[in-house]
Amino acid sequence: MPEPEPALSLRGVVKRYGPITAVDGLDLAVPAGTCVGLLGPNGAGKSTTMRLLTAQAIADDGAIEVLGYELPGESKQARAEMGVVPQLDNLDTTLTVEQNLIVFSHLYRVPRPHRAAAIERALAIANLRDRRHTRVDALSGGMRRRLLIARGLVHQPRLVLLDEPTVGLDPQVRQELWALIDRLRSEGISILMSTHYIEEAERLADTVTIMSHGKVVAEGPPAALVREYAGGEVFEVFGPPARLAEVEAEAKSAGRRTRRTGTSVTIIGDFSGNGGAAADGVQRAANLEDVFVLLTGEEIA
Amino acid sequence: MTSAEATGQRAVPSAPPPPREGRRLRRFERSAVGGVLVREMINFSSYWRSTTFSSTVEPTIYLLAFGFGLGSLITTVGGGISYKEFIGTGMVAMAVLFSSAMPSMFGTFVKYSFQRTYDAILAAPVDTEELVSAEALWMAMRASVFGCAPLLVAMLFGLDPSWGMLAVPFINFTAGFGWSCFGISIAAFVKSIDNFGYITSAVITPLFLVAGTFFPIDQLPEWAQILAQLNPLYHCVELVRHAAFGWEGWADVWNYAALVLFGLLAWRVAIYGMRRKLVN
Repeated sequence: MPEPEPALSLRGVVKRYGPITAVDGLDLAVPAGTCVGLLGPNGAGKSTTMRLLTAQAIADDGAIEVLGYELPGESKQARAEMGVVPQLDNLDTTLTVEQNLIVFSHLYRVPRPHRAAAIERALAIANLRDRRHTRVDALSGGMRRRLLIARGLVHQPRLVLLDEPTVGLDPQVRQELWALIDRLRSEGISILMSTHYIEEAERLADTVTIMSHGKVVAEGPPAALVREYAGGEVFEVFGPPARLAEVEAEAKSAGRRTRRTGTSVTIIGDFSGNGGAAADGVQRAANLEDVFVLLTGEEIA
Repeated sequence: MTSAEATGQRAVPSAPPPPREGRRLRRFERSAVGGVLVREMINFSSYWRSTTFSSTVEPTIYLLAFGFGLGSLITTVGGGISYKEFIGTGMVAMAVLFSSAMPSMFGTFVKYSFQRTYDAILAAPVDTEELVSAEALWMAMRASVFGCAPLLVAMLFGLDPSWGMLAVPFINFTAGFGWSCFGISIAAFVKSIDNFGYITSAVITPLFLVAGTFFPIDQLPEWAQILAQLNPLYHCVELVRHAAFGWEGWADVWNYAALVLFGLLAWRVAIYGMRRKLVN
C-alpha cells in the first residue's frame, strides 16, 4: 500500500513565548485515517501544538501543513475542513443543545439545505436527541462534553483535533467518550488527540507521540513503544518508603532502570533471578505508563 | 441517503459532505461575519427582555428626573427648545453609548477570558478581523434600535415627531459601531476586568461633560468647546438634535464625518488589539 498523504504534519516547528520555548523543533504527522495520541506531562507543549494547528498561535519557525493547506497562510481553509474539540468547555451555556449546534453549523458554513440534517447527525453522535431543547447549563458534565465533541463534527470534518477530551470526567463518562472517539476512528476520520491519560492513548491511538519540553521523545504504536523502552515484563515492588529507596539503590547498582510508581518502585527489564527484591514484589506486563515516566522524567514540573 | 432517525447509536448517519473542495476563502468573508451574527442573535433571544427593559426604563427615569426637576428651573435652552426636548434628544447619544461601549467592553472580556467563546469561534473558519467586525456590527444594530428609546419616551412627554428623526437610527448605528469598537479595544488592552472602572470614570464620564447632553456646551470655556470637537459623543448629540429640530448643513456633514472617522479608527484599533490578544 502506498504511503497515504498525512492529514497533518509539522516539521521542525518552534514556538517561543518570551524566554520559554513551548514547542522546540517538533516533528509530527498524522497519517490520514489514523488516530495519533499526543502524550506528555503538563507543560510539554501539547496545548500549544493544538493552538498552532488552528493558527491561534503562530509558529516562530518550521512548517505546518493541515489537510494539504499551509499554515498560517491558508489556515482558514484548513479550519473549514477540520473539527476542533477544545480542552475547556466553551459552549454557550444559556442556549439549548440544539441552538449551540445551529450556531456552529453557521460558523462552519454548512450550506442551508444540509443544515437540518447536519444538526440531527450531530445530535445523534452526542446521543442527545431527546435533550435538544435542554439548556446547556442543565446538562451533566458528560453530556456537555459529548455536545462539545458533536459541535466540532457538525460539518463532517475529515480531521478532528481533540484536546484532552476526557480531562476531569469520571470513569463511566470517560469510557462513554472513548466509545464515541473509537466510532469516529472506525469511520476513517483522522484524529489528533492530546492527553495525559496513558490508558486513553493506549486504547484509542494507532500511534502515540510522547512529548517532553516541546520535543518528541518517542513515537510508535503503543505496544511497540512498550516493547522498545520497557521490555515485556517489569517488576513492581511495594513497601514503605525506606524499603523502596533500598530497592531502587539495589536495582541501580545492578544497572537496571527504575521508576517510582507512587507507592511502589518499578524495575524495568527482565527480572528473573534477582532474589533480593523478589520477596515483596510482583511481576507484571510493562505498560505505556512505564514508558511515559521513563521518558518524560519523574519530577513534577 | 440515510435518514438520521433510522440509524441507531452505533452507526453515525452520514449526509452528503458539502461541496467545498478547492474553494479558496478570502480574507474577509460575509459568511464568517454572518456566522458570528447568528450566534449573537440566538443568544439575544435568551436575554432580550432584560436588555430592552433597562434601555427603555433608564431614559424614562432620567427624563422624569432631569426634565421635570431641572426643567422646572429652565424653560428653554439654546435655540428656544424646551428643556425636556433638549434632554430627550441629548439622551439618545447616551443611550447609544450605554448600549454599545459598555456591553462591548464587558461582553468582549467575558467572551475571551471567562467563556472562551472566541477560542471556539477562531477554531472555526473565522478570523479575528471578521469576528471583531461582526461583534461591532451586532452592537451597532442594537444601539441603533435602543438609542431610539429616549426619543420615543420624550415623544410621550410632548416632543413633536419630525421627518428628520428618521435619520436617528442611522446616526445611532454609525456612533454605535465606533463605540462598540472602542469597547472592544478597551477589553483587548486591559489586564483585568477590574480596570474597567478606570475607563468609565476617567474616560467616559468626562466625555459626558463636554457632549452637550444635559447642558449646552457653548457656556463652557473655549478649551472645552475645542475638546468637544474630539468627542464622538458630542457629534452624535449634535446630529440627533439637528435631526429633530432642523439640519445645519456643513456643520452636520462634519459631525457625521467625525463619527465615521471615529468608527474607522476604533475598528482598526479593536482588530489590532484583539488579534494581539487572541492569536499569539
